[in-house]
Amino acid sequence: MNIWLPDMPSALATEQDHPTQGAPGFSLARGALHEFYAGAEADGVSLSALAVMLGMAGGQQATLWARHEALTHETGMPHPAGLAELGFDPSHLLLIRARDAPSALQAGLEGARCPALGAVIIELRGEVKAYDLTASRRLALAARASGVPVFVVRAAAAPMPSAAETRWLARAAPSRALAAKAPGHPAFHLVLLRARNGQEGLQHHLEWNRDAQRLESNPSGHGEAAAARQPDGGASAPLSRGVVAVPVHRPDTARDEPPPYRRAG
Amino acid sequence: MNRPRTGGPGDRPFVLVEQDRGALRIAALDPAAMRGGLRAGMALAEARALWPDLETAQAEPEADAAFMRHLGELCDLFTPLVALHASDGLILDVTGCAHLFGGEREMVWRVRRRLGALGLASCAAISGTPHAAWALARDRRNTIVAAGEEEQAARPLPLTALEQDPATVLALGRAGFQTLGDLADRPSGMLTARFGSSLADTLRRILGREDIRITPLRPAPEIMAEKHFPAPLGLLESLLAVLERLAQDIMAALERRGAGGRAFEVSVFRSDGAVRRIAVETAQGMRDASGLMRLVRLKLEALSDPLDPGFGFDAVRLVVIRSEPMAERQAALDGGPASQAEAGDVASLVDRLTARFGRETVQRFVMHDTHDPMRAGGSVPFLARHTTAPFAHPEPGQPPARPLTLFDPPQWIEALAEVPDGPPLRFRWRRVLHEVARAEGPERIAPEWWRCGNAAPATRDYYRIENAHGHRFWVFREGLYEDSTARPRWFLHGLFA
Repeated sequence: MNIWLPDMPSALATEQDHPTQGAPGFSLARGALHEFYAGAEADGVSLSALAVMLGMAGGQQATLWARHEALTHETGMPHPAGLAELGFDPSHLLLIRARDAPSALQAGLEGARCPALGAVIIELRGEVKAYDLTASRRLALAARASGVPVFVVRAAAAPMPSAAETRWLARAAPSRALAAKAPGHPAFHLVLLRARNGQEGLQHHLEWNRDAQRLESNPSGHGEAAAARQPDGGASAPLSRGVVAVPVHRPDTARDEPPPYRRAG
Repeated sequence: MNRPRTGGPGDRPFVLVEQDRGALRIAALDPAAMRGGLRAGMALAEARALWPDLETAQAEPEADAAFMRHLGELCDLFTPLVALHASDGLILDVTGCAHLFGGEREMVWRVRRRLGALGLASCAAISGTPHAAWALARDRRNTIVAAGEEEQAARPLPLTALEQDPATVLALGRAGFQTLGDLADRPSGMLTARFGSSLADTLRRILGREDIRITPLRPAPEIMAEKHFPAPLGLLESLLAVLERLAQDIMAALERRGAGGRAFEVSVFRSDGAVRRIAVETAQGMRDASGLMRLVRLKLEALSDPLDPGFGFDAVRLVVIRSEPMAERQAALDGGPASQAEAGDVASLVDRLTARFGRETVQRFVMHDTHDPMRAGGSVPFLARHTTAPFAHPEPGQPPARPLTLFDPPQWIEALAEVPDGPPLRFRWRRVLHEVARAEGPERIAPEWWRCGNAAPATRDYYRIENAHGHRFWVFREGLYEDSTARPRWFLHGLFA
């Protein structure tokens, strides 16, 4: 399995080839616990996607996805067609619909002890009492013993001290638009909150390249984000076009113009 | 009824009543009431005229049926093939079981003692066919008839043993028939012509000329091992030790068949009549007794209502409900293909998770060959038998066309959109206003009209949109702006990564 972060040949490396300090990129160690926090609740689905991408990319092994069932109401139920569209074989995923957070953690711990798995994703929501220092230490030890990376994904929660190897704050980033302003590939913005080798504060703009099965640096990320936050009020402003009720039997004048958006299919 | 009624001489008559065509009638009665001249079907008013101090209660047929099912479970102790008969009967297929209980006579006595311990009156008979036993049980109690001798034993039985409607019995009586033997001597074609085939069929079955098998309450197990304790066993640990021996027995039987068990069930019979069943399913054929015991222990720990020995366990049974052929695997000298060993590891992980969290919690994804996004894919219990369509390969270079998560049902949003088929310019979802920065669409997905009733649902136009913060949504418009009869509505169906 290869997990790629920018500028590193193999981001999810083994314990031995853990990058030295000052390396240009950053790698996530296998057999360790990594945490992902969401800046806002709306970023929950981006966190899930990031964990699935990091856990499943390039791997042919099964991945355990333990999900607190309350998330189904918040961000919906994982959809196999959507997973296939991200480039993964959904049959490699073992989904645990845990009825509460402690069950999700227990199922994840059980998975972290199974070396046959490619990765373990534990997705929690809100402040979870059961996920404390002891629980995270248990997960980290199990991950180290079996060599299975464990990703703990927490939406709507404040970062807490834990035994995690790395802790990231992630959110969705505006994508690089395709032709006619169509939404582009999934894009994310990550901030490294904590790392054992002291590279805190590292920021990444990443884009998912499905065909290469890796996360790639998104060079235009900063600029795009800035542009998206401050629309110039011109053609890109969302509400500048006319919204008129067209009577049923009269031709629509606007129809002669080419549509300003890309057509699917 | 809370206390068993013996119907002794000191008791007041007691009857159960039910509403029948506007009148209260006696549904069931105790021996004291019977001695007092009351009969089932008598109007309550009439009965009260005879016995003003009659005690009554409402009949509860559903509760009775549930109680009979419970008794069926209880009699499971004697044989795995138990069926309910009529509203008050149990038929046990004891073929090959009687010797375990010291012979047929001893077995009848033990079954009746077991029911008697619950305060029930019972009558029983054993014969070669279930209908003959049923007819004999009520008119010749405790008889045991060897196979092939049913006709001789059943000939003296009265016509009521046929359980036909009263008019038929009356007509037969008027024709001069007194016993089943009288009927048996006549050609059956004559009876069928006059009374229908049901009478002739029942007669043939009672006389043992035709044998039909019972339909048991629970499916017959493939392999079964059980242990009856001479005295009730009070310790859970000893029970598990016994169970482990049984597990070794059934695994040996599985090995002889070249099979591996996929579904097992442990039944624990408590001496007070309670029966607990613990089902264990596995993702792969299993032939390992200690592995099965680990799963059983996990399952016992996860029980919300723990297994309580109470006054002790009477017996324990372990059955294989489903098995599949399992090839002998020899570990290759060079370690063999690693992937096979790993698959085994994942399968045992699934078993442990299923035993601990329940069958519905551990799931896998399946796809269906349809374009309707709601039906195109979902998750099913990992151990459920389910076929899946191949997963589609996305077009290279394009962003995902389907969202990572779906809402079921789709969530209603307030959207402002350009007519006739523009994407939303802004929309409000969960009280948050989203400004749309990028959009693509429409992708028209028509409903599968052949699955719907008369009112075909409206066509859906799907859009991929992204807001100013980079959150990506899958929204659709239900209906068309051109349609003047119904206003289109907007829904959010899923979220993209």
